[in-house]
Amino acid sequence: MSKLDKAALGEPDSTAPSVPDDVFLSVRDLRIHFDTDDGLVKSVDGVSFDVRKGKTLGIVGESGSGKSVTSLGVMGLHRSARAKVSGEVWLDGQELIGADPDVVRRLRGRKMAMIFQDPLSAMHPYYSVGHQIVEAYRVHHDVSKKAAKQRAIEMLDRVGIPEPAKRVDGYPHEFSGGMRQRAMIAMSLVNNPELLIADEPTTALDVTVQAQILDLIRDLQKEFGSAVIMITHDLGVVAEMADDLLVMYGGRCVERGPAEDVFSEPRHPYTWGLLGSMPRLDREETDRLIPIKGAPPSLINLPSGCAFHPRCPYADIPKDNVTRTVRPELTEVGGSHWAACHMTQEQRERIWTEEIAPKL
Amino acid sequence: MSDDKTVSTPDTSGSTLTQGTTSDGEVLLKVTGLQKHFPIRKGLLQRQTGAVRAVDGIDFEVRKGETLGVVGESGCGKSTMGRLITRLLEPTGGQVEFEGQDITHLKTGELRPMRRDVQMIFQDPYSSLNPRHTIGTIVGAPFRLQGVNPEGGVKKEVQRLLSVVGLNPEHYNRYPHEFSGGQRQRIGIARALALNPKLVVADEPVSALDVSIQAQVVNLLDDLQEELGLTYVIIAHDLSVVRHVSDRIAVMYLGKIVELADRDKLYKSPMHPYSKALLSAVPIPDPKRRGVKSERILLKGDVPSPIAPPSGCRFHTRCWKATEICKTTEPPLKELRAGQQVACHHPENFEDQQPQDTKLLSSAKEIVSEPVEK
Ligand SMILES: Nc1ncnc2c1ncn2[C@@H]1O[C@H](COP(=O)(O)OP(=O)(O)OP(=O)(O)O)[C@@H](O)[C@H]1O
Ligand SMILES: Nc1ncnc2c1ncn2[C@@H]1O[C@H](COP(=O)(O)OP(=O)(O)OP(=O)(O)O)[C@@H](O)[C@H]1O
Ligand code: SF4
Ligand code: SF4
Ligand SMILES: [Mg+2]
Ligand SMILES: [Mg+2]
Repeated sequence: MSKLDKAALGEPDSTAPSVPDDVFLSVRDLRIHFDTDDGLVKSVDGVSFDVRKGKTLGIVGESGSGKSVTSLGVMGLHRSARAKVSGEVWLDGQELIGADPDVVRRLRGRKMAMIFQDPLSAMHPYYSVGHQIVEAYRVHHDVSKKAAKQRAIEMLDRVGIPEPAKRVDGYPHEFSGGMRQRAMIAMSLVNNPELLIADEPTTALDVTVQAQILDLIRDLQKEFGSAVIMITHDLGVVAEMADDLLVMYGGRCVERGPAEDVFSEPRHPYTWGLLGSMPRLDREETDRLIPIKGAPPSLINLPSGCAFHPRCPYADIPKDNVTRTVRPELTEVGGSHWAACHMTQEQRERIWTEEIAPKL
Repeated sequence: MSDDKTVSTPDTSGSTLTQGTTSDGEVLLKVTGLQKHFPIRKGLLQRQTGAVRAVDGIDFEVRKGETLGVVGESGCGKSTMGRLITRLLEPTGGQVEFEGQDITHLKTGELRPMRRDVQMIFQDPYSSLNPRHTIGTIVGAPFRLQGVNPEGGVKKEVQRLLSVVGLNPEHYNRYPHEFSGGQRQRIGIARALALNPKLVVADEPVSALDVSIQAQVVNLLDDLQEELGLTYVIIAHDLSVVRHVSDRIAVMYLGKIVELADRDKLYKSPMHPYSKALLSAVPIPDPKRRGVKSERILLKGDVPSPIAPPSGCRFHTRCWKATEICKTTEPPLKELRAGQQVACHHPENFEDQQPQDTKLLSSAKEIVSEPVEK
C-alpha cells in the first residue's frame, strides 16, 4: 500500500477517495444496520478497506462478525427495507452506494461477481444447474443458447465436476454439497469478473478439489488481473492466497495489513485468540482445543469501549479503564499494518513474543 | 474422543468383516452391504436410463460412546451414507441395524421412536431450517414433536441450548435468513442436541465456523460424549478437525470405504494410496511456506463418475501403483494390521498383497513419470 492509501485508510471518515491507480475496490466507512423487533442490529459499523487489481484481500473473523453482510453490501444486495446502508463503495472509480440500483445490477456478473456462502440459497431449485449458468452467461454475452451451454459445460469441467456434459442437466438437489458449491463457483466465474468476492468458497470441498478451485481463482487473477476478496475461516487457505488480510470482530475491522505481517506478528488480542484456537495437522494434537473465552457479542448492545473487552485477557492493562469506555481506533503498528487496541506497541510486542507465540 | 478411549480398544476396532466378536464397546450401529442407487431418468416417459451409485456396498460398525470420522472426496457418498443410517433415505440394498434392531425398511410411523435417539446435523443448514419459523420455534420443535417437557419449560431450555452454541438470547425471535452462515450451522447443532440423542450424525458440523467457535463446538460435543455417552459419526473435510475428534476414521472413495482405521494409525501411516494422497494435500496455515508444496500428491486424471465407476479397484484410474489386477479384481476391505482395514492390492506402509503382479498400468506409469510428489 502506498502512503496515500494509508492516509485514506487511517481516517475512516475521509470523503475523498484518494486512492492509487492499482486499487480496484475501495470501501470507506461502510455501515449496514438492520431494524429488528429486538432493536437495531449493527452488523457492519464503519469498515474501510481497499482491494488492488490482481491481488487478494483475505477477510477472517468471528462467525457473525459482518463478513458476508459487508460483501453483500459491496454487491448492492441489501434490498430489504429493514437494511440501512451508508458509507462509500468505489468500484473502478464508480461510487455504488448512492448509485441507481439498476446501474449496480448491470455491474453484477461481469464487473463484480460473488461466490455465495450458501450455494442452495443462491441457486434456483426448479432450474437445472446448466440452465442457471447459461442464463448468467447470456446476460453479458450475446451468444446462442447452444454456445452458452458449451461454455457452461466447460466451466463445470474446470471446477472438477465429473462427466460435466451429463451433469449439466442435473438439478441442484441432485448434486452433493461440494458439487453444488462448485456449480456456483462455475456460475460466478463464467463471465471472468474483474472483482470476485468469494465467501467461504471451499468449505464443502475436500483438500484436493480445494486446491483445484484455488488454482482456478489464481488463473482468473493472472489472466484478467482480477481483484479478489477471499472470506474464509480456513487460515490455511488465507495463508496460501491472501496478499493482505483484514480481521473482523463485532462488525468492525480490528486488524489489517500485509498477510505475512498479520500472521507472523499479529497485534490484536482477538487475532491471537483466533490463532490459538486452531487445530493443526503440522503439530501434535492437544487434548482440548482452546476457544476464546466467553460468548460472541450482541450486535444490538455492543459492549462499550473496545467490543472485545469482556473476553480479552488483557483488558486491564491499558490505564484508567480506557478499554471499557473508549473505542480504540485503528493505528499503524508497522508498515501498512494496523490494529485497534489500547495497549501500547511495547506491551503488545512483549505479550506476543513472551506469552502467545511460544504456545502456538 | 479422548485419547485413552482409543488406547483402550486398540486391537478390536473395525472388525466388521471378521464379525466383531471381541469388541468391548457395545455396537450401537451396524451397517452391512449398504447401497443407495439414485435412478437417472430421461425423456417424457421418465424411463430409467442408469443410476448414480452414490453408496455402493459398505460395511462398518459404530460402538457406543465412540466417534467415527468419515472423510473422502466431494461426491463420494458421505452425505448419502449419513442420510441412510439416520433413515432419512431408504437403502437400495444392504442392512442398517440400530441397537440390534433392523431399521433398513421401517416405515415413517415405525421410525418415530428411533427419531428421538438418532439425530442429524445437516451439511446445508439453510435448507434444513424452515424459513417461516423463528429460531425459538425451530429449536423447540423436537420437544413438541416428541412430547417432551424439559425442566423449566421449552423456552428456557431452548435459550440454554442457544447459549451453549454461542448464540445470544436476542436471536430467539429471529428468522433463518437473518443469521450468518455459521450462526445457522449452530442452530442446526442446537436442534440436534435438544433431546439428548444416542447417535448424532454430523455432516460438516463446523465447516462454517471460525476456529474459536469451532473449538467451542468441538469441546461441547466432547463434553456431551463424556457426560452422556453420546456416539458420533462426523463427516468432515477438515482433516485436522477429523483428527482431533475421531477415535476411528473411514476413508471413502466413490461409494466405497477404502480404509477404516484407528485415528493415529491412519494419520501416521495411511495404507491406502488414496488416503495417502488425501492427507498430503492439507494446506498449512503459515504464509512463509507458501509455494512450498513439496510433499503434496496431486491426483491426476479425471474424477470418475459414480454413474459408471471404474472396474476392479475404483481408484485404479488415478493410482500411481495400479497394476493389471487392480483393473480386474476389486480388493476386499481387509484388516491388514490391528485396527486398520484397507482395500488395496498394493498398500502403502505395508507388504504388497499381490507381489506377483508388478507390471504397472500404463495410466499409472504416466502418473509416475509426471512426478507424483510435486
Ligand atoms: N437480515 C438480517 N437481520 C438482522 N440481523 C442480521 C441480518 N443479516 C445478518 N444479520 C446479523 O449480522 C451479523 C453479521 O452477519 P454476517 O452474515 O455478515 O456474518 P459473517 O461474518 O459472514 O459470519 P459467518 O462467518 O458465520 O458467515 C450476524 O450477527 C447476523 O446475525
Ligand atoms: N437425490 C439425488 N439424486 C441423484 N443423485 C444424487 C442425489 N443425491 C446425491 N446424488 C449423487 O450421489 C453422489 C454422492 O452424493 P453425496 O451428497 O452423498 O456426496 P458427499 O460425499 O456428501 O459429497 P460432498 O463432500 O460434496 O458433500 C453424488 O454424485 C451426487 O450427485
Ligand atoms: S483495547 Fe483492551 S480489550 Fe480491546 S483488545 Fe486491546 S487490550 Fe483487549
Ligand atoms: S488396489 Fe491397486 S489401484 Fe487400487 S489403490 Fe491399491 S494399488 Fe491403487
Ligand atoms: Mg458469512
Ligand atoms: Mg455431503
